[in-house]
Amino acid sequence: MAREMMYMDAINAAIIEEMQRDENVIFYGQNMAMTERDPMLKKFGKDRVRLTPISETAEIGIGIGAAMTGLRPIVELWMSEFMLVAFAQVLNEAPRLRYMSGGQVKVPLVLKAGFGFCAGWAGQHSNCIYHSMMGIPGLKVVVPSTPADAKGLMAAAIRDDNPVVYLHSYMLTLDKGQVPDGEYVVPLGVADVKRAGTDITIVAVGWMVKKAMAAAERLAQEGISAEVVDPRSLAPLDVKTIVASVKKTGRVVLVDQAPRHSSAAAVIAGEIAEHAFEHLRAPVKMVTALDASVPYSEPLENFVVPNEEKIVQAVKAVLANQEVAA
Amino acid sequence: MPKKHQLSKDRLVWMFTQMVRIREFEEAVKRAFIEHPGVIRGHAHLGDGAEASIVGSLSTRNKTDLAMPSYRCHGYPIVLGTPLRKMMAEVFGRKDGLCKGFGGSMHLADPAHHFPGTSGIIGQSIAHATGAALTAQVKKTGQVVYCFFGDGASKQGAFFESVNMAAVWKLPIVYVLENNQYQAYTHFSLEDANAVAGDPLSKKAAAFSIPGVTVDGTDPVAVHKAVSKAADRARAGKGPSLVETKFYRLSAHGNVITVPPLPTQFPEHEAVAVYGNKKEFAQWKAKDPVVKFRSRLIKTRALTEANAKRIEDAARAEVKDAVEFALASPLPAPEEAVNYVYA
Repeated sequence: MAREMMYMDAINAAIIEEMQRDENVIFYGQNMAMTERDPMLKKFGKDRVRLTPISETAEIGIGIGAAMTGLRPIVELWMSEFMLVAFAQVLNEAPRLRYMSGGQVKVPLVLKAGFGFCAGWAGQHSNCIYHSMMGIPGLKVVVPSTPADAKGLMAAAIRDDNPVVYLHSYMLTLDKGQVPDGEYVVPLGVADVKRAGTDITIVAVGWMVKKAMAAAERLAQEGISAEVVDPRSLAPLDVKTIVASVKKTGRVVLVDQAPRHSSAAAVIAGEIAEHAFEHLRAPVKMVTALDASVPYSEPLENFVVPNEEKIVQAVKAVLANQEVAA
Repeated sequence: MPKKHQLSKDRLVWMFTQMVRIREFEEAVKRAFIEHPGVIRGHAHLGDGAEASIVGSLSTRNKTDLAMPSYRCHGYPIVLGTPLRKMMAEVFGRKDGLCKGFGGSMHLADPAHHFPGTSGIIGQSIAHATGAALTAQVKKTGQVVYCFFGDGASKQGAFFESVNMAAVWKLPIVYVLENNQYQAYTHFSLEDANAVAGDPLSKKAAAFSIPGVTVDGTDPVAVHKAVSKAADRARAGKGPSLVETKFYRLSAHGNVITVPPLPTQFPEHEAVAVYGNKKEFAQWKAKDPVVKFRSRLIKTRALTEANAKRIEDAARAEVKDAVEFALASPLPAPEEAVNYVYA
């Protein structure tokens, strides 16, 4: 059975179901569980649902220590940039401790944060910072693009024995989609072909999957069959599924909300160059944010961030094998 | 001191034994740079001078309580029962090392002996220890976490954030601020606001409205007393305390940082090498906690000279065996390197 659900509700459903399933799962963060009326607090009690001060280093570091000793914490960080305040814990503590101990400890931790809020949040709250995390061995990074994936990836992240950064797109918060009832786990490290096609592959991340799907629909009306691949997990990255699609279509456009050189697209382009070069009938094309911070005013913001039109144009350019400006 | 914390003769001798084992281990690590050049890679940090603080603190623990220090981490697992063979093999980067050669001196971990792991980045492990205390509270295990860190780490954000949260949540943790007087190469009087004002570093506890006390960190009985009180408070659900154990690091911060193939070994202590202060070093060397505790136990007849000698000989033999074991242990197979990335 499935039902229509909003992306944000699907995330919460997974957290509630996993907390019901495993009493070692705890959930805490800033500005939550502030009164006894809080529904999560009512359901799970004050030991397992907690309010924290604005102390990201301690929030994440405490999560690591709790995970090392038998709990499975979910840390609500709200915005991914807040993690930057405590990046030592994210990049250089959580993913290192198991390895440095020769496999003696594990750190089953979920760091949950929204990202890429393009609604006038300006330079410091609209970013995509996953590139800096996807290259750290020991760390997993997931970016759901649909309500169903939001639920399934959260369940998988909570059950995983490694630190997982769970990044949900703010721009998809209110999107609706069919979500399976009850236990639903989307395995980490497995990409999803969101739309099958034969002429070109579009690999897109997070909010950009939605844009890519809309672009593919438009292109279909013009007789162009685009396949849309959503990696879902950026680490581990399902290179196999992406490469298989590129080998099939021979052409690829990579769409990413992040600036070019800090995008997942740049990493994926490298993998395609190494593993599918001889199958390419045209150069790889990246549609990314411009090399600018995200500006405040709407027309400025729209100019910086990729959109459906830029994807359509990029696809056409690749099909025509013509060079166009990024 | 509550009666249950009175130290019996046997317990005092046990404490002396642990202090001697730590000292012998650290001296062997130091000698290895000269006797077996190249065997220890990277940076090693020794706890000689910290023996009274380590043993005095851990002598108060119940058998499932956890210890979580920084990268200056050799002393604690010695007290917790980790085999010295495995520890030395790890310091030497060998296959039979505690962490199979993946961590080295800075990253000892032995969860089976209540030693979950260590971080090499100053102050960060204070948050991890606080998280372990959260586990103890949520799972109602009755455990107390002993969190050790240096004077340098007490200036890190991780310290302030973690102690605040531990106080808000009343976590079962004892923060042992081991003031060995030098933050790497910098004397603490140059970088600590309490020190600049002439106050003890334990004054930081007042910022979190928790008990804070400074004790003579060269006296294991004084440390035992202060930490007992803090551990009792933690066990009773009243939350954290801060205990500053003030002593003196007897070796330099670490071996000299060199680039291979240049050899490295322990340099002279910063007091002499950097500050030219031979007098300070000599004054603290005269308060060597191991020497002091030995003569005190002999004077109070808790220990005879012959027994002290036996303990020292046994520790020396144990450490010698550990060095021989470590040298004989093979290096790890290169392809092992891709293991343990993910659980």
